[in-house]
Amino acid sequence: MLRDAVVEPVIELRGVEKHYQMGDTLVKALHGIDLKILPGDYISILGPSGCGKSTMLNILGCLDQPTLGQYFLGGQDVSELSDDDLSQVRGKRLGFIFQSYNLIQQLTVVENIEVPLYYQGVSEKDSRELAVELAHKVGLGKRLDHRPTELSGGQQQRVAIARSLANDPPVILADEATGNLDSKSGGDILEIFDELNADGKTLILITHDEGMAMRTSRTIRLKDGEVAYDSYTEGQLV
Amino acid sequence: MNALTLIREFSLFRLKQSVILGVKSLWMHKLRSILTAMGIVFGVCSVIAMLAIGEGASYEAQQQIKDLGSQNIILESVKPTSKTAGGDQQRSTILEYGLTYKDISQIRATVPGVEVTIPSRDVKDFIWNEERNVDGAAVGTVPWFPEMRNRKVLEGRFFSELEMSMRAPVCVLSKSLARELFPLSEPIGDTVRIHTSYLRVIGVIDDDPAVAAANEESEGSGEKGDGMEMMIPISTLEDHFGEVLIKYRSGSFEAEKVELHDVTIRIDDPDRVMSASLAIRHILERNHKQVDYRMTVPLDLLRRAERTKQIFNIVLGSIAAISLLVGGIGIMNIMLATVTERTREIGIRRALGAKKKDIVIQFLIETVMLSGAGGLIGVALGLAIPITITHFANMVTIIEFWAPALAFTISVVTGVLFGIYPAFRAAGMNPVEALRHE
Repeated sequence: MLRDAVVEPVIELRGVEKHYQMGDTLVKALHGIDLKILPGDYISILGPSGCGKSTMLNILGCLDQPTLGQYFLGGQDVSELSDDDLSQVRGKRLGFIFQSYNLIQQLTVVENIEVPLYYQGVSEKDSRELAVELAHKVGLGKRLDHRPTELSGGQQQRVAIARSLANDPPVILADEATGNLDSKSGGDILEIFDELNADGKTLILITHDEGMAMRTSRTIRLKDGEVAYDSYTEGQLV
Repeated sequence: MNALTLIREFSLFRLKQSVILGVKSLWMHKLRSILTAMGIVFGVCSVIAMLAIGEGASYEAQQQIKDLGSQNIILESVKPTSKTAGGDQQRSTILEYGLTYKDISQIRATVPGVEVTIPSRDVKDFIWNEERNVDGAAVGTVPWFPEMRNRKVLEGRFFSELEMSMRAPVCVLSKSLARELFPLSEPIGDTVRIHTSYLRVIGVIDDDPAVAAANEESEGSGEKGDGMEMMIPISTLEDHFGEVLIKYRSGSFEAEKVELHDVTIRIDDPDRVMSASLAIRHILERNHKQVDYRMTVPLDLLRRAERTKQIFNIVLGSIAAISLLVGGIGIMNIMLATVTERTREIGIRRALGAKKKDIVIQFLIETVMLSGAGGLIGVALGLAIPITITHFANMVTIIEFWAPALAFTISVVTGVLFGIYPAFRAAGMNPVEALRHE
């Protein structure tokens, strides 16, 4: 609890619930989640399918809003923000990495990395410089003008990582980031994650891969829309 | 650098980026984009081309009518058809018909606003220059004929009132007659012969505009005879030919008695032309048992031509509207398909910080580029078609300067109108579902 007192949490969920209307029945995908994530945390969120992982990701990624409860991102309550403000928050303070890379097919590597910068209104020159720098950082300095279809899965995912870093967000969300990759490429990606965390980024990996969970410093297990296990609080209890 | 220029540079950059992105997206489906733009291309192109052709045709028609003089009423004698030819003349070998001096004096006396009348009388016979001859006509008329009928004297002069009162043997050749009779020499000062009369050429006048237009169309077909006329003082004509005209035509002969062939009446006020024409019609109906005359009111023709043009414009406008509507629906259809196809991309962009309005702008720019490109190609084609027609078919086409501008603007507006719905549909997508879309 000492850490809590000293450091302002980067993410804080207070009694977050998410309900869906499915026909006549009300499905409670999340109920009563309380969670604090501190700057520099390296977290994996695990759980069987249907446990609310995806809903959790959508809420944490500001793609969706909680039905009940509050979500503080960097001290700001984002659970009641307008659509435009949420877009702003996503672009500025969050980085996304998806299982299927989600690169834009008609754009080149550099242009894909530039997309988040474009929506923040970064000038053409600055944006190009930064994108090239990030491409070099993830080891794609020689493939700046390639299209996603000309790259391997591992390379595509590295483009996605570079893109998630474009606006230098404090939090990066990765959804099954290595799910579509062979173990070698997956391993490379995880190494990049380690480096990013070492640089001070807060990483949240959503996964069902236990091996990945071993790498992270904190593990959260979800079950039936609730936090069933949190290595951080468990540790403290012990 | 102040804040304002920053904002401007920034938005210019974004516009540029959006345009580049739009080009890339459209380029990915070249055939589809081209086919979609085609609807607008043909819409715009047909509007401009049809407008130019219609404008040219009606201009030509109106010009011909105006050349007749909008304040004029033109009366012509017409040989009655054999059925209507009355019994009186049956025993006589001389066919008597047409307008008379009595008609004209009655019209002058009773119809208000009659300013000048030009009586004229034709003698159709061969006109000779030494050994060359042309089947033509001598038209007896008055000195103010050219001014009233908008005919220009090209060379020399028209005959004077003095020459008319002196019954001088002078003539003014029409341009085509002069060309036929005097292919190599200067006609003025020379003499021509008709029947047994010799006449001195004092001028050349341009062709009757209606005849000139007809000749131009059948150029090279070798047809002659129309427009081969010479003007002589009406008094001279009476002196030389009397009242009975006998024409010899390939073995047979016919004799006609016609007092006046052609009368042009000028009304002093354009507003009174229509009422005067009605009065003249009544006088002629009373004086003539059979319809052996024809009345032409250029103003009436002009008004009818203008009405026709209005109807034409309405029809054209509807066709244009329909074709652009069809083009617009085509664009909307394709954009809706594009939005569905790019649902994933929309989701990605939303996740990476794009606001709804960014998505709207992106898709609107794409639609406008599609319709704008279609519009530009359409303008180019629409300008090329009338020029080609003028070049090859020898038809007058008039491209109004506003026509291409209007057609292009409408194409862009169509793009915006039909692009709004797909763009908003794209922006309204739930980012979570859009990202999950396969």
